[in-house]
Amino acid sequence: MKRLMYLKDVVTLAFDGEKCTGCLMCLSVCPRGVLAAANGKIEVAARDACIECGACQCNCPSLALTVRSGVGCASAVINRMLGRKGACCVVEEGGQA
Amino acid sequence: MDTPAGVVPRVSSTLRPSDRIGAFKVRWGVGRMSYTVDPGLYALGRPGPDSYVFVTASYKMSFDRLRAALAGRDGWILVLDTAGINVWCAAGKGSFGTEEMIDRIETSGLSDIVSHRRLIVPQLGGPGVAAHEVKRRSGFQVVYGPVAAEDIPPFLEGELKATPVMRAKTFGTSERLALVPMEVIPALKVALPAAAVLSILAFLFSGLSIERALGPARIVWVALGTSVLAGAVLTPLLLPWLPGRAFSAKGLVVGTAAAFCALFAGAGLGVLSALSVLLSVPAIAAFLAMNFTGSSTFTSLSGVQREMGWALPLEAVGTAAGLALWVAAAVGGG
Repeated sequence: MKRLMYLKDVVTLAFDGEKCTGCLMCLSVCPRGVLAAANGKIEVAARDACIECGACQCNCPSLALTVRSGVGCASAVINRMLGRKGACCVVEEGGQA
Repeated sequence: MDTPAGVVPRVSSTLRPSDRIGAFKVRWGVGRMSYTVDPGLYALGRPGPDSYVFVTASYKMSFDRLRAALAGRDGWILVLDTAGINVWCAAGKGSFGTEEMIDRIETSGLSDIVSHRRLIVPQLGGPGVAAHEVKRRSGFQVVYGPVAAEDIPPFLEGELKATPVMRAKTFGTSERLALVPMEVIPALKVALPAAAVLSILAFLFSGLSIERALGPARIVWVALGTSVLAGAVLTPLLLPWLPGRAFSAKGLVVGTAAAFCALFAGAGLGVLSALSVLLSVPAIAAFLAMNFTGSSTFTSLSGVQREMGWALPLEAVGTAAGLALWVAAAVGGG
């Protein structure tokens, strides 16, 4: 099955090639194939596939990858707007399966 | 079993019927927040000091999937305290994270039990675990395993290298189907009381005549039922084939088609009632579809915020307009 894609040109993923040491840890944690190895470092190969999970940022020892991480969940955004606690989708039950 | 760090509970890799029934109930939202495993170290089969250590969350379904995937193998399972939340969601919250992992390595006495210094961590724990921090502070190297527990055997046989396919989170039809109940049940929790209240209103508008209230009440039940079917069942199932990228757009398409089907089936409605259905059903279906962003595996927070910026007002206006037309029809007998 082809990769499902969400909206274009919206994610906050940023890559600083100067800082990248080419350890490639980010490649092991990205669940969306956003990044690829290139010239001893990495490159952002499929930016729109990024879901801003933050795994690459968390596992980048040189702070070359940054992203405003969060959960792409409308219910969570509504819950926050309504001032309910918790970032998860279903307030009383919490989280995806 | 006995270890240098004390007694470690042993578990089997065979799931019992009660495990399967438990998983089914959780899918339907029954006892979902108390489906937990005690954090700590477990022995699977007869592991030794060289056996692999697999890390998972204290959500019982995560634990069960892992041990079932390891059928016929010996290993250690280190359960982090994620308050019964799965790996992915707990990693997003940080409870499946660096601090908890380092604490759990210490309290379990893992360093005395195994001779190596390597943990196999589910890839989807990545948002919460900084591998370099775990290594620096505990000495244990984090090796990210595949996304799906089922891929662990080939991962182990492939010298702990995951293929690109193992690294990608899929969202196939069966995965989406499994999530449908958790879309439908919360939707019904709102839709059923709403339908009941509106039915009572229909009774009041009709001058307390059950006979005349039946028409408007039936429209409410059909409209809400159609909306839930379109937005919470059909849109998730048909997701890859629906036009548009925004979930609201996909829900709108299904909702519009479903509204026309409902009207076709209930021919003979007045103009106001028909318009009410045609406005409200697509709007509610779009809203419910938008809520599926949270269960899906390919949406981003920035994307959801952008979508909601235009979709939420439209969904609210559509629903309100549908409701207003319904009231006009119920009062005026249209």
